[in-house]
Amino acid sequence: MHNTQAEKFIVPMGPQHPALKEPGHFEFTLDGETVTHAGVRLGYVHRGIEKATEARTWVQNLYLLERICGICSHTHATAFVLGVEKLAGITAPPRAQAIRALIGEMERIHSHLLWLGVAAHEAGFDTLFMFSWRDRETIMDLLEEITGNRVNYSANVLGGVKYDVQEKHADALRRALDFLETRTEHYLEVVKNDEMFLRRTRGVGVMSRELAEAWGVVGPTARASGVARDVRVDAPYAGYVDFPARLILQTEGDLEARFSVRIQELFESYRLIRALLDHLPTGELVKTVPRRIKAGETVSRIEAPRGELFYFIKSNGGDKPERVHIRTPSICNMSSVLSLAVGHPLADVPMLLAGIDPCFSCNDRMVLLKQTARNGAHADEWTWEQLHQHGIEYYRKQKR
Amino acid sequence: MIKLEQAWHDALRQIKTWAQINSPWAIHFNSGSCNGCDIEILATLTPRYDLERFGIKLQGSPRHADILICTGPVTRQARERLRRVYEQMPEPKFVIAVGSCAISGGAFQGCYNIVGHIDQVIPVDVYVLGCPPRPEAIIDGVVKLLQKLELSKDERQRAKTNE
Ligand code: SF4
Repeated sequence: MHNTQAEKFIVPMGPQHPALKEPGHFEFTLDGETVTHAGVRLGYVHRGIEKATEARTWVQNLYLLERICGICSHTHATAFVLGVEKLAGITAPPRAQAIRALIGEMERIHSHLLWLGVAAHEAGFDTLFMFSWRDRETIMDLLEEITGNRVNYSANVLGGVKYDVQEKHADALRRALDFLETRTEHYLEVVKNDEMFLRRTRGVGVMSRELAEAWGVVGPTARASGVARDVRVDAPYAGYVDFPARLILQTEGDLEARFSVRIQELFESYRLIRALLDHLPTGELVKTVPRRIKAGETVSRIEAPRGELFYFIKSNGGDKPERVHIRTPSICNMSSVLSLAVGHPLADVPMLLAGIDPCFSCNDRMVLLKQTARNGAHADEWTWEQLHQHGIEYYRKQKR
Repeated sequence: MIKLEQAWHDALRQIKTWAQINSPWAIHFNSGSCNGCDIEILATLTPRYDLERFGIKLQGSPRHADILICTGPVTRQARERLRRVYEQMPEPKFVIAVGSCAISGGAFQGCYNIVGHIDQVIPVDVYVLGCPPRPEAIIDGVVKLLQKLELSKDERQRAKTNE
């Protein structure tokens, strides 16, 4: 049993695991404490949304797509409406565009504070977890006051927004931002100076700029490695055209940099919201969008809290989309964790995972098929009939 | 002899109920939710709502848990896992379904990878509505479950005094 040769252990993690708030299955091969190989199996939250969009009207889809992810629901809806408006040849009124950006930034604040808490929790720093979630409630209250719901706010409609930001909201928001700003300064200090915390973050999971580019990492994870990529800056959309965002960049590429980039983005969000509130354009909120959208296809890109969110929308002129394809930031970042985990102790893996702020419900976008030659087809070319057949056989096997 | 055993059994059950009402441990399983419900469940643990003041603790392992808090519709891939997590929990166990998805499939009805809602897979004791339910609603759901346990205790006592 105990041979002296280095034994290899496989440690499975998930899909139900205390370190994971959502289901995903990981397998780490260990040599002693060090990870030598990492694998992942996703798909526990795959619901088949892309296909379902084809059976729903444009308006119904808005509410379905918002429910891809509860944390960044507004970005999903925004990406979709911007795409559909582009297809219909309509631009939403300036006030609506500004409110979209405003709520988008509020969402970024709530998402980053949420992440800070969860990441601190992974590091065993539960005090910070509790503090950041307590402060997050300030922004949740405001989101609720403006839109009526804490999560899945449904602020967007095709052609504009549903909710107006009134003076009383603006005042409450300004006051909340003052409070959050002092708190965030404190967090930045903790993350940069707390000796215990730095041991978990400084120099851990270093990703060089070249690697980040090669792996196609997006969002704050990429910006922490010196990749200057932010859709709000590169290709401004909605309110960001008139209210430009600043790029936050750091070059170290370790976990500490990922923490500090996200926290600095909070300050940037505060600044943006203040600017938006001070110069909110006046005017109407919605433009009418026809029930049938002109035929055509388009691409819509948005900077979600976790990185670039990409929508491809195709219409055939009907009241339902012909195809909607979604690429979410988490799936782009996931591969980097697996590669980074190799060579690190197992105890660091939850931190590495938290470092990209993974969101499994965003992740589970597609079904991966093993590329084996079947039915006489070429390995990676499947006809629709073969795919259909494969599906039937697969689930028949599962049932047994 | 038989009577003694019965008395012993009753006493044990009383102790169990008493312990559960005072400090049930919960486990959370996401079988395909959008995350919205999950973050609200997590929010109930944080200072503003503080579920722990009821003695409820969110627990990592199903083997230590009394209450299973489920979110989301059940996807094909998660179905077996959900069942397994439920089976691993020691008796007596209770299930709370949180969110419209968990109750009816919600917005995801008709998606090809959805098997259905939670109670098509495992029995559910308490349903909490909303998309997502507010943390207060989730706490209310848990408290309702505790009341239900308390009630069953009272009923048993009443049955006993009637004997
Ligand atoms: S009920 Fe709503 S918030 Fe909860 S998982 Fe379903 S879609 Fe998400």
